[in-house]
Amino acid sequence: MTIQELEAIRKKKKALIDVRRVVREQGEKLAKQTGYRKQVLVCGGTGCTSSHSMKVIAQLEESLKELGINDVLLVKTGCFGLCALGPIMIVYPEGAFYAQMTPEHAKAVAEKHLVKGGKIVKELLYQGTVASDGSIIPFAETPFYKKQMRIALRNCGVIAPEDIEEAIAAGDYEALEKVLTSMTPDDVINEISASGLRGRGGAGFPTGRKWSFAKASAGDIKYVCCNADEGDPGAFMDRSVLEGDPHCVLEAMTIAGYAIGAHQGYIYVRAEYPVAVERLKIAIAQAREYGLLGKNILGSSFDFDIEIRLGAGAFVCGEETALMTSIEGHRGEPRPRPPFPAVKGLFGKPTILNNVETWANINPIITRGAAWFAGIGTQTSTGTKVFALGGKITNVGLVEVPMGTTLREIVEEIGGGIPNGKKFKAAQTGGPSGGCIPAECIDTPIDYDSLIAIGSMMGSGGMIILDEDTCMVDISKFYLEFTADESCGKCTPCRIGTKRLLQLLTKITEGKGEPEDLVKIEELASHMKQSSLCALGQSAPNPILSTLRYFRQEYVDHIEKKHCDAGVCKALLTYSIDPAKCRGCTLCARNCPTHAITGKVREVHVIDKDICIKCGVCMANCKFGAVVRQ
Amino acid sequence: MAKDVTLKINNISVTVPEGTTILQAARKAHIEIPTLCYLKDVSCVGSCRMCVVEATGARGLVAACVYPVAEGMEVRTNTEKCRESRKMTLELLLSKHKKKCLSCERNHNCELQKLSLGYGVDEDRFKGEDFVLPIDTSAPYVVRDNDKCINCMRCVAACRKQSVNAIGPIGRGFNVHIGSAFDMPLYESVCVGCGQCIVACPVGALSERSTIDEVWKAFADPTKKVVFFTAPSIRATLGEAFDMPIGTNVEGKMVAAIRRLGNCEVFNMDVTADLTIMEEASELINRIKTGKPMPMFTSCCPAWIKFVEQKYPEMIPHLSSCKSPQQMFGALLKTYWCEKHHIRPEDLFTVSVIPCTAKKYECHRPEMEGEVNAAITTRELARMIKTAGIKFTELPDEEFDNPFATATGGGAIFGATGGVMEAALRTAAHMLDGNFEVLDFFAVRGSNPIKEATYLVAGHTLRVAVASGLENAAVLLEQIKSGEKHYDFVEIMACPGGCVNGGGQPTLSDSVRNSTELKEARAKALYMSDTKNELRRSSGSPVIDMLYEDYFIFPNSHKSHEVLHTSYKEDKRI
Amino acid sequence: MKECEAACGTAEQAEKLKAVIEESRSTPGCLMHILQEAQGIYGYLPLPVQKTIAEGLGISLAEVYGVVTFYSQFSLKPKGKYRVSVCLGTACYVKGSDKILAEVEKELGIKCGECTEDGLFSIDSCRCVGACGLAPVLMINEDVHGKLTPEMVKGILDKYREEAKA
Repeated sequence: MTIQELEAIRKKKKALIDVRRVVREQGEKLAKQTGYRKQVLVCGGTGCTSSHSMKVIAQLEESLKELGINDVLLVKTGCFGLCALGPIMIVYPEGAFYAQMTPEHAKAVAEKHLVKGGKIVKELLYQGTVASDGSIIPFAETPFYKKQMRIALRNCGVIAPEDIEEAIAAGDYEALEKVLTSMTPDDVINEISASGLRGRGGAGFPTGRKWSFAKASAGDIKYVCCNADEGDPGAFMDRSVLEGDPHCVLEAMTIAGYAIGAHQGYIYVRAEYPVAVERLKIAIAQAREYGLLGKNILGSSFDFDIEIRLGAGAFVCGEETALMTSIEGHRGEPRPRPPFPAVKGLFGKPTILNNVETWANINPIITRGAAWFAGIGTQTSTGTKVFALGGKITNVGLVEVPMGTTLREIVEEIGGGIPNGKKFKAAQTGGPSGGCIPAECIDTPIDYDSLIAIGSMMGSGGMIILDEDTCMVDISKFYLEFTADESCGKCTPCRIGTKRLLQLLTKITEGKGEPEDLVKIEELASHMKQSSLCALGQSAPNPILSTLRYFRQEYVDHIEKKHCDAGVCKALLTYSIDPAKCRGCTLCARNCPTHAITGKVREVHVIDKDICIKCGVCMANCKFGAVVRQ
Repeated sequence: MAKDVTLKINNISVTVPEGTTILQAARKAHIEIPTLCYLKDVSCVGSCRMCVVEATGARGLVAACVYPVAEGMEVRTNTEKCRESRKMTLELLLSKHKKKCLSCERNHNCELQKLSLGYGVDEDRFKGEDFVLPIDTSAPYVVRDNDKCINCMRCVAACRKQSVNAIGPIGRGFNVHIGSAFDMPLYESVCVGCGQCIVACPVGALSERSTIDEVWKAFADPTKKVVFFTAPSIRATLGEAFDMPIGTNVEGKMVAAIRRLGNCEVFNMDVTADLTIMEEASELINRIKTGKPMPMFTSCCPAWIKFVEQKYPEMIPHLSSCKSPQQMFGALLKTYWCEKHHIRPEDLFTVSVIPCTAKKYECHRPEMEGEVNAAITTRELARMIKTAGIKFTELPDEEFDNPFATATGGGAIFGATGGVMEAALRTAAHMLDGNFEVLDFFAVRGSNPIKEATYLVAGHTLRVAVASGLENAAVLLEQIKSGEKHYDFVEIMACPGGCVNGGGQPTLSDSVRNSTELKEARAKALYMSDTKNELRRSSGSPVIDMLYEDYFIFPNSHKSHEVLHTSYKEDKRI
Repeated sequence: MKECEAACGTAEQAEKLKAVIEESRSTPGCLMHILQEAQGIYGYLPLPVQKTIAEGLGISLAEVYGVVTFYSQFSLKPKGKYRVSVCLGTACYVKGSDKILAEVEKELGIKCGECTEDGLFSIDSCRCVGACGLAPVLMINEDVHGKLTPEMVKGILDKYREEAKA
């Protein structure tokens, strides 16, 4: 494909995409140029397909056919972000944001809204977009979206990811065009360096510097890799990018190839992401067909191609050297560094590895300039960060905010606060490698350095909100179980250390903790941080260290008082019935799986503590609040 | 040429070539950094974290064995931080280690024990679990007790270096353990029994399957006549087990010590090394003359034979049909010697002392079963001597028993890579050309992994090659198979450096092994004994003359085929 | 070892595996890919399959087995017709997915990692399928079931039991 052809595609479909991006009035005008009266975007990301958005699409297709509507374009997109309300469907040019769609709802929308002269079906809209006076608020102005700034996710939920022409019209490959026509490799690296972009995968290493190291390494064979092995349980940023805008990753990798002198790229992606893998395969095939991968890209003399490699379920393969070992077809064990991959990486050749979100930032930096990018965020952490917001939070979903946004803004405004009137206890960032941000630090601006300062880390962007019902000892144990399970077993501190830490934590949650256990935990944790071979082992103690720092009393209570304040650690709980409140309704006794509760009708019931397995069914069933957990 | 880098280690300035690791540089500054997973020439992966040090420019502690030095770097190897970390690493390892030290064969020779002593680690603060992993005793040559394993992976690296790959890490994380695929018994795997894993093991997780008890029993049995014969390399290594300098020739003390174990004859296995040469050289000449498959491979090394049968069965016709010196000796004793002394073969208990674990398997091969009743390694012999309370270093030098006392220098050098080739060349050349008197074939000496040479003898061009280490053997085999290389005669020893570095040799401490050229030092003792020997060509040995006169008539005779030759069969394994 | 070499799978499966090996053997680092394909063909990776792969690639069986046992997605045991996978990712965990797993185990009478005797169900746990908005979730084959409570488990499994009967 020539540059002229690329520009022609961009021009042809520009209006179509723009309708989805501009405000209503302009959109209506623009829509006329597209030949489509309306466009219906339905999320085809994993979150929404899990709640059956494909059935919604099928129903829409059928309804449109039945109603004889042929001037409405149906688009299957990537993630819109507000996964809690999936399946999500947006109708343009109005920007009507329908949530929790079912096939029945879809039928209703087709009949009442999509027909000529139809009206928005207000009752099916996301209620956050309906003002108290009944007027409709553009979804971009709702609390969830208002504070967000979508750079990496710019095309997610905007384009049909399986259509390269939509991707091109939305701006993908514009940066590649610029690079190949007007920039030297050094220009590219300088631009990336000047942007201040830091790796979004966890450690936050400056991307430009990484590229310059690889460029400086001698050798005619070099590789560019994409880390799409998003292993942090509870993080799905990278998956959303791959599902929503796979071309932005292909483009960025090609640019990096040009910058460092590589001609082959590998994307290492979790096999647990079938949708992302499928979209990547389609995207690569299309990019090859359009001459955006392969020989003489865009008429230049530059060749670059990309292969997909699937992971097979090993968290440690998110570590760069382990990932490369895995691509080489071996057990995914990390290698000591140095030599760093930029010098000796995949197959022993100079290699750069960036994660998906990092790649997603390359195009905007090149097209809009490093200065623009550097102006966003904070001094040392420029740009935005995508977070997968989950746990005890109303708006579970994907959010992208400028670096430096406070946790309070994310939790209270974007996230819509904690459900069920519970109290915010902490936010866990960085997954098994990160730590907790307690309520007292809720006004911390979130960037790489401030998170490290308070004992957590950015990680890849998982953010799990914990409320008062969460036991911090138990949550540490959860993460240790994870890291112990995922430790590759190569180095001593991690192989045996994770197991011993887990045993100590288990002992504490089972009420068998002793005061010196905390000393042992701290000694062992600091040893692992100091001496483990790779980042997995070095950071595995973080969840413990950070909870010990902010919630030490909970550990002490578990050990000394044998008490779990959150009521999570079963061994420390006792259930009893408050005689003053019990009405003798027998409901608890009838539901008790072990028949531990005795009592006659209308008489006070009693729990036999020896038989009770502390399942909590009685408490859940009691209508009088008579069951007490201590 | 790499440029030089100057750094400071514990404030001492050292200059080393770029690319040197901190561990190597520290040695130059006369500083020893403790290691466990590191083993010179075998394994360097930075996984045990014992060798952690502080280095400027690095976050946390770094593993000295893999961390390259840099200009101006300042390294501290003995700070409190390093010591505390090493101590904790030891505590963790010990929490998962079956501490049955009292009866462990590596007691007092265990790297973990040594380090625990040094760092004062003795308590079990991190309570481990009960030990549950099965002990693999399937093979007649090695025992694996994984509950003693510290996952240093040295055995895996050694096996990989042998290109055998019978064992590897299984599972992930805390549950990683070493074993064969599907945890199948080792004896059913592709293992060839070379025992390089055993000498690589820093603890007692791997040991030879001991047959010491059987020997003691034979000594105690009045109906049994016990006969010992010691392989060429034992004299060069046994002294190490008694803290004598590496490369000390202890032949005389060895003979004296064995005599003091119990009532027995002590013979010199170099005799059948000479006999092997007679048979093998004749076979070679015969092959050349009759156009049989060439090249011919030596067959003294049972691990090599097993390797061919399992991995390259198509090369079986190229193997010499000669039994190994051990089996020749066993067969010779059970036939010739028994006949001569009117002893029933079943009343004779033959004990070979060998540097090798594969020989323990060899003597159980069905076609040769019963010739050698017990094969004990150098290590086992040393243990017997210690058990018997014999003060080895104070012993007088004594001579082997007749009639198998005298052998040539050609027999002695069997213990080093290239030795069989050189001995064979001495005799074969002489057989082809009676005037050929050259005795030193320097091109096939030394511990280079692959050596090649061409000799012109009596109009014949002899193209020879020598490889030690199965990795190198595999390289040669592939080259021969592809037609890239053509040879007439090839010597292969499974262990790198040959039998002096065999899997049954004394296990020296890491600090010695990591700073010594072990193979070379041990081989030197054998070549010195060769040079000093008046008899250097096997065909010139009076014992050999006697054997042919008395019994075999001539090399490759019917009788010798019956007693001294064997056959092989395909046993393809993956 | 001998007994395990008894015929495993159909000729058609063997043919497919051979083709996969042939096609990718020259690609550097192809072992993982071949194992993934092989598991797709056979449902799991028994000894004869791993042997074929080792032979085809000219590497040792121990190496293949080491790789298989490193990655949690490779299975040495056959899986059920319905593969129940309970997400134990953080988002699901804080919403009680451990109780969901316990309920599935109770309902099927097997432990995580096992397969029911009739071959109908097997249970595994996984780390985040990315449907955190629906936490806690479980997957049965490709279907995601979200916003679960332990009470819902029986009903869901019953649906598949019905389907199997039909």
